[in-house]
Amino acid sequence: MKNVLCAVTGAAALLISAPSIAQTTLTVATVNNGDMIRMQGLTSDFTAKNPDISVKWVTLEENVLRQRVTTDIATKGGQFDVLTIGTYEVPIWAKKNWLVPLDKLGADYDVNDILPKIRDAVSVDGKLYAAPFYGESSMTMYRTDLFKKAGLTMPEKPTWDFVVDAAKKLTDKSAGVYGICLRGKAGWGENMAFLTAMANSFGARWFDEKWEPQFNSPEWKKTLTTYVDLMKEAGPPGASSNGFNENLALFNAGKCAMWIDATVAASFVSNPKESTVADKVGFALAPNTGLGKNANWLWAWSLAIPAGSKKVDAAEKFIAWATSKDYTKLVASKEGWANVPPGTRTSLYQNPDYLKAAPFAKMTLASIDAADPNKPTVKPVPYVGVQYAAIPEFQGIGTAVGQQFSAALSGSTSVDAALAAAQSSTEREMKRAGYIK
Amino acid sequence: MARMVTTRRKVISTVAAWLVGFVIFFPILWMVLASFKTELEAFAIPPSFLFFHWTTENYVTVQERSDYFHHALNSIIIAGGSTLIAMLIAIPAAWSMAFSPTKRTKDILLWMLSTKMMPPVGVLVPIYLIFRTVGLLDTRTGLIFILCLGNLPIVIWMLFTYFKEIPKDILEAARMDGATIGRELIYVLTPMAIPGLASTLLLNLILAWNEAFWTLNLSTLEAAPLTVFIASYSSPEGLFWAKLSAASTLAIAPILVLGWFSQRQLVRGLTFGAVK
Repeated sequence: MKNVLCAVTGAAALLISAPSIAQTTLTVATVNNGDMIRMQGLTSDFTAKNPDISVKWVTLEENVLRQRVTTDIATKGGQFDVLTIGTYEVPIWAKKNWLVPLDKLGADYDVNDILPKIRDAVSVDGKLYAAPFYGESSMTMYRTDLFKKAGLTMPEKPTWDFVVDAAKKLTDKSAGVYGICLRGKAGWGENMAFLTAMANSFGARWFDEKWEPQFNSPEWKKTLTTYVDLMKEAGPPGASSNGFNENLALFNAGKCAMWIDATVAASFVSNPKESTVADKVGFALAPNTGLGKNANWLWAWSLAIPAGSKKVDAAEKFIAWATSKDYTKLVASKEGWANVPPGTRTSLYQNPDYLKAAPFAKMTLASIDAADPNKPTVKPVPYVGVQYAAIPEFQGIGTAVGQQFSAALSGSTSVDAALAAAQSSTEREMKRAGYIK
Repeated sequence: MARMVTTRRKVISTVAAWLVGFVIFFPILWMVLASFKTELEAFAIPPSFLFFHWTTENYVTVQERSDYFHHALNSIIIAGGSTLIAMLIAIPAAWSMAFSPTKRTKDILLWMLSTKMMPPVGVLVPIYLIFRTVGLLDTRTGLIFILCLGNLPIVIWMLFTYFKEIPKDILEAARMDGATIGRELIYVLTPMAIPGLASTLLLNLILAWNEAFWTLNLSTLEAAPLTVFIASYSSPEGLFWAKLSAASTLAIAPILVLGWFSQRQLVRGLTFGAVK
């Protein structure tokens, strides 16, 4: 009896004296992309390893998220502890001291394993300000069966001349097959992402070294003329309202012989559950004109901590977990190698299991390697960024120019008029912002 | 002969009315249909109308990923709360302006309306800073407050026009019989203004339910209503129409049901006023 009493008292004492775990709740803001939703589903692995931290998710549409997060961080609202941001925001926000540098990600995090181009894109002055969750470039996806039927062979590094020629030959409007599907919907992250990357391959640039807009250059004229002519002859009807998702649906339904877009699309078009042409897709680099630059971009959805957050340590633990090699293994064990977030770590592209599960892996890596945010085009530029210029004004001017180019595609204005309007609106905004006099 | 023409006219006008009704209702029907399709079918060109593989997987996914009832409850509290408070403020305001106007009444009304002409994003940062300072970010109280402020001008204007229709003589008669202001409001004015009050209430409720600027920008999780729930199903990279449609169908369901139930009373109330 005495023993029992002792045991009970002891247990009670232990219970009382046990250190109560102070719970830290992290609020993570993110976008509704497949890889992020998968991460949301795997949160229990993180909370099991860190019982003192709980995670709450705020998932929003990309533009809503950008506005929401920008307002919060600019006013130091403190509503979020971890933000999902792109390579466009990282350099701008880091320079404004809005982000916490990530220097405590842990000894086994292996920062050097992050792909150098992606790491560059999320670093400022050598300091990492965001950890890449998944990275992407753009590449050419094409229908191997249609190419074979037309007697064409897609080179690994196609030129624009080849793509234009092949697109015309592959178009069969009576059968509802179009030679090429490209973005046409206006927006700095929509048609301008594609067209800026395309312009880079033609040797064009947004601004010269003195921030003077360059839409009056022959390179831009050649870019836009090639694009509009190609889409008129070999593109699907109503292309000026097509973005990533519309083209994805067209390609998956077998309506496009070629599609140049984000490398993440590769896993969608080769997934038999989503695509009717899953076993007939080949991959090549984005086209070039022989000037040494391909028409491919670079982007990484990354996790960052807003300055002023009171939960930096817990947030950094979460970021280290979500962007680690172990997380990749966790996704592979639960959902298969084809579903791991791509484009961030060198080790992933050396993993034979991944290379076997993802036939597009080699081309994704080659595309990422081919993009250089610090030297995006042939001539020197004063800005960082491949398919954008990382200045706060770019969202506005990029969308205004995108509207002009979308109008040129739909035929409501001419190429020359669109370029002239783009030049004058960009000049006006750059003057207003004080870049030029 | 005359009878035949009347019948034919009746048939034509009935068909025309149904046709117009169908055209207006079609987007909602299309959304409901899309919510039962797979993502690939929702995006298919040409689209299939009824003959597709019906599935409820989108509703299952939406339920798994988000807490619908939490968002729906927030929507009910925020829309209901802001509507009630707006009505409580607007009824006396509109009453005084309709029945004892001063020479400034017109200016005040116009000034109130002018606040609606400013795009809300223009005051987002100051409001956000105020909310942060007083701790109202991501709270239902904060959202009730801001939606109430936003809808007040419209509510006051609507009530003002309804009240103005009521003959002053009736109120004077009530006063002659010794009614106080409170009694006059409750027993004389309110019964006569019920159609106007009901339609203003419903319109304000719908406006508050659908409000998607302040609710998206000032809430995070705890106070997030159904607009935030819908916004989480749009995706820049990946097909999302079917899931977004399922989320939207769930989001409009409560207000749609409320509309159906109150439709009869509302229409009766409105026609009552019209006949009078």
